[in-house]
Amino acid sequence: MLDNLDEFFKGFGYTLALFLVCAVASLVLGTLLVAMRVGPIAVLRSLAAVYVSVVRNTPLVLIFIFFHFAAPIIGINFRWVQVHIGSYDFTSAFATAFVALSLYTACFVCEGLRSGVNAVPMGQAEAARAIGLPFSGVMTQVVLPQAIRASVPPVASALIAMLKNTSVAAIFFLAEATATMRGLTNDYSSQRIGIFLAFAIGYIVLVEIVSMISLTFERRWRIA
Amino acid sequence: MAASVLFDAPGPATRMRHRMYTAIASAGIIAAVVYAVVKLNNDGQFEYGLWEPFVTPDYLSALILDGLVDTVTMAVFAIIGAVVFGFLFGVAKMSDHAFIRWPAWVVVEFFRAMPVLLMMFFVFYMWFISVQGSFLWIDQRSGFFTVVIALTCYNGAVLAEVVRAGVNAVPKGQAEAAYAIGMRKTQVMTIILLPQAVKVMLPAIISQMVVALKDTSLGYAVAAPGLTRVGQSIYKEFHNQVPTAIVLAVLYVGLNLLLTLLATWIQRRFVGEKKIDVVSVAAGIDNDRGGPV
Repeated sequence: MLDNLDEFFKGFGYTLALFLVCAVASLVLGTLLVAMRVGPIAVLRSLAAVYVSVVRNTPLVLIFIFFHFAAPIIGINFRWVQVHIGSYDFTSAFATAFVALSLYTACFVCEGLRSGVNAVPMGQAEAARAIGLPFSGVMTQVVLPQAIRASVPPVASALIAMLKNTSVAAIFFLAEATATMRGLTNDYSSQRIGIFLAFAIGYIVLVEIVSMISLTFERRWRIA
Repeated sequence: MAASVLFDAPGPATRMRHRMYTAIASAGIIAAVVYAVVKLNNDGQFEYGLWEPFVTPDYLSALILDGLVDTVTMAVFAIIGAVVFGFLFGVAKMSDHAFIRWPAWVVVEFFRAMPVLLMMFFVFYMWFISVQGSFLWIDQRSGFFTVVIALTCYNGAVLAEVVRAGVNAVPKGQAEAAYAIGMRKTQVMTIILLPQAVKVMLPAIISQMVVALKDTSLGYAVAAPGLTRVGQSIYKEFHNQVPTAIVLAVLYVGLNLLLTLLATWIQRRFVGEKKIDVVSVAAGIDNDRGGPV
């Protein structure tokens, strides 16, 4: 295991890169979805609701299968993605994982944010309307700031789940941490337990870091 | 908070504006759907040949029997294991003895923070790559038990937290009264606390079943049976990836919606609207669905 530390870190490098870009994308998409879900336009409300309940109930593997095997047939492919940074290659495997994970996680982010909106006391919105704020004012000045604070824990748990879900990309030809582990356990079959523990601890450390960040925000933003 | 609190009942000008937005949005959605259908049609995805397997009795029975039944069986095995695991470790985590409490804490945190897939690879390479024969009616080499074991550990760890939160949600006086009439710690836990906690936990357990059901598809990585594998063999034969993905998605979504309905019904029947939030939130899982996969 110690001889292959560079592979270990490279695997987690891909995992971390995938996590970071997907976190940004799914937060943005999830915010859009929640805005549609609580907004006044009925068509957009039901569109977002349908999207969330369909994608959320589909296994992530199936979404990966769709973008990896089915989508190229109808002309959706990511072969044009060719970014190379240092020794890291971000190609179609990475782009597929990025799209699948972001679309999937956005649903959970949306639900987390929505529970935040639901947690804001009704009187807050009523008072905001009473002083004459329009919908945009009610949302941006009064409701969303409180909703975002309240939704830190569920959104963080969605992101932690996403961090663990990056491992699914291992099945679809991305050499991230889990795929690296699979390779190493094949090559050094006598040290399987050590290799497994090392990678498990790697994931646990990452998860703990994310949950520590979320705890910090939760404390700092706590409403008195 | 109901969405309607967020905005005033619209006046005439706003109603006009909303109607405009609605029209634009509907036009956009319809355009997207039409584009998708036309595109699929141009690519020949609606050709009968590609959909034929899904109306042919042999393939249909393979899909339902080998796929759906295997998937559900794996999920049921995993959830039974997870409930046992969850109760053992959830109660152990609340033990008064540090030498029981801390190991249980380590085990639960370990399995909770690790990807199920990593666990699955490990179980597969450590164990099932070398076993022979069958257990009950299931071929041990098929990857079935790899999936079950990995899912048991992961979901068990999550349910351990649910159990702990559920027991903590039982009013304190219940335990105090039980001690007062001279019950032992074990009796208080098994006769007084757990039965009341189970009621509150039921919806959370069913949400976890949805997670387990979806996660069985990870067995794809170790060639375990189930819907995903049957789908794979169908599209490898007919090259009908798009229809297969659609059919599989419909099957999974249908199953999960049924489970969600069951959870909602049980929640109304046994729990009432509010209490479930206590359990899910304290256990760190999302309101109506565990975060993971």
